[in-house]
Amino acid sequence: MEIEIPYTVHARPDTGLTNGKIGIWLFLASEVMLFGALFATYIILRVGATTWPRGHDILNVPLATFNTTVLISSSVTMVMAWASLMRKQFGKYRLFMGMTILLGGVFLVVKYFEYSHKFEHHLFPSTSTFLAIYFTLTGLHMLHVIGGMVVNAYFWGPGAKLWKTDPVHFAARVEHSGLFWHFVDLVWIFLFPVLYLL
Amino acid sequence: MSDDHALNIDRHVRTYITVFVALLCLTVITVAANFMLHLSVAGTITLALVIAAIKGSLVACYFMHLISERKLIYWVLGFTVVTFFGMLLIPILTESDKIHY
Repeated sequence: MEIEIPYTVHARPDTGLTNGKIGIWLFLASEVMLFGALFATYIILRVGATTWPRGHDILNVPLATFNTTVLISSSVTMVMAWASLMRKQFGKYRLFMGMTILLGGVFLVVKYFEYSHKFEHHLFPSTSTFLAIYFTLTGLHMLHVIGGMVVNAYFWGPGAKLWKTDPVHFAARVEHSGLFWHFVDLVWIFLFPVLYLL
Repeated sequence: MSDDHALNIDRHVRTYITVFVALLCLTVITVAANFMLHLSVAGTITLALVIAAIKGSLVACYFMHLISERKLIYWVLGFTVVTFFGMLLIPILTESDKIHY
């Protein structure tokens, strides 16, 4: 016997929310604490250090600025993918979701070049406290980008079958995956000035 | 799809485009201010974080639809924000509690 998961499409009467929506927001709250702990670590290290380099002396600001625009653009394409589903335009959804995945890929390629450049110049996490926190924060963020891309790729490909049988449920799933993607963008919005400019 | 619903989504899409342009402009301002304005370290940090907070709010309010979310989500996030700032306070308290030899 197949058991149907309740409140995936219709809101619970007590919370006014679907289980998926409350679930993703609770997950994002835990993510805020994860990155918050690392930002607090950054503050401890920076305040306690006798000298601290300016990010733009070591890191590549033009590349990071480019990556910021890439991630912001991917947030727009993500929300446009969801809007396309609300307009019942599945073709456009596929296009915008594809663009989101592609932009995520561009972000990772740029990061790969940035990391390679650092390693070529023998700049490793063990080189300095600044580089240790830089690699930790950007590395964790990159893992989130990869995770978001995997989920988005699933909804672009095999997961999109749900659209034919239950379009409302599918749109809700895309909305939840979008919330995670926007969160990844939001984290980068703070990482960029903190690491590269200050 | 009803006409009202379609109009509503169209309005949302226009908002997304406006927010996108605002985010790009704020990114340019962040970088330009860092290199063109010769502020003190405290001034640079404050300006960069204020701009980042504005950008973050735009993403959260409009892309994540927080502006029209249910009360329960606000409670969850409110609790998270309080705990988050509590955690950021730890390093500040640690610094003020230094033992000077």
